[in-house]
Amino acid sequence: MIKAHDSIIVQSLGRFLVPVIQLFGLYVLFFGQYGPGGGFVGGVILGTSLLLTILVFGHAASRSQLAKKVLHGDGVGMLIYAGVGGLCLIGGGEFLNYANLEIPGLEIPARRSLGIILTQIGVAVDVAVTAISIILSLSAQEIIEDSLNE
Amino acid sequence: MTFAYEIPLLILLLVTAAGAIMVKDLMSAILLLGCYSFFLSLVWAWLGAVDVAFVEAVVGAGLATVLFLLTLFGTEPKDGRLRRPPPPIAAVIALPLLGVLLLYAAKDLPAFGDPASPASTHISPFFLKQSYQDTQTPNVVTSVLMDYRSLDTMVETVVIFTAGIACALLLRRKTS
Repeated sequence: MIKAHDSIIVQSLGRFLVPVIQLFGLYVLFFGQYGPGGGFVGGVILGTSLLLTILVFGHAASRSQLAKKVLHGDGVGMLIYAGVGGLCLIGGGEFLNYANLEIPGLEIPARRSLGIILTQIGVAVDVAVTAISIILSLSAQEIIEDSLNE
Repeated sequence: MTFAYEIPLLILLLVTAAGAIMVKDLMSAILLLGCYSFFLSLVWAWLGAVDVAFVEAVVGAGLATVLFLLTLFGTEPKDGRLRRPPPPIAAVIALPLLGVLLLYAAKDLPAFGDPASPASTHISPFFLKQSYQDTQTPNVVTSVLMDYRSLDTMVETVVIFTAGIACALLLRRKTS
């Protein structure tokens, strides 16, 4: 069970830093095609920003509810990634060959670019949820039971 | 003055790595390991592998430290074996010999950034030339990772997913 940190400095810094970290995580995720970064790092940054709310404000705080709700999305990232591959199959090509994504009005390079973005989002969701899930598994069993039984 | 960054970084890496092994208090060992990851990420960034540096800084220094700390809170904070057993004689002799052998072999490696090295001549030029026309993605690392080698990345994602599921199965128990 993680209780709220009682220092006002930590609380104020957490309140200020968490949105900034989340914004940076989204930037890293969507800037991965143009610079360093990508789905894996962006997902870890997003996951750790949610973990920071739990570490600073405690399990019971209303700010931490989002991190616990995210737990229900375990597997959604895999679904997105494999779903893009399945859409390529439906489009008549090989599994994960983004050139066969059937989107009218897009040339083949643009389709592959779109496929990269979608799969990166899948990786990011998967990694973020897994990071939160492992840490919550280690920290507080009863909280998990409560949040999953709501 | 080409060694202005290398030598201090190497010394810091060695000091933090040795400290993480030597120190008795496990909490200090975890924090030293976090410092080690930070210096390692600086090394990656200095070598030009900014993606790897990113992952090392976020996962190694951030997430792994929290994981180790939470594990530590569930166990003993002190290393119970105050007197550690001395290392076996064979290891003391064999490991320096192995190090010397590796240093000897490292002379034959191609120079850093050598355009004629096998790694830069086989398939890398194809990716560097074709990746933007094929995928409209300026970052070649991303296009190789998520497009040309997409199936590998999907299986890596499956590995991460499996790790999360396994942790949940092992650690989440009904509180009675």
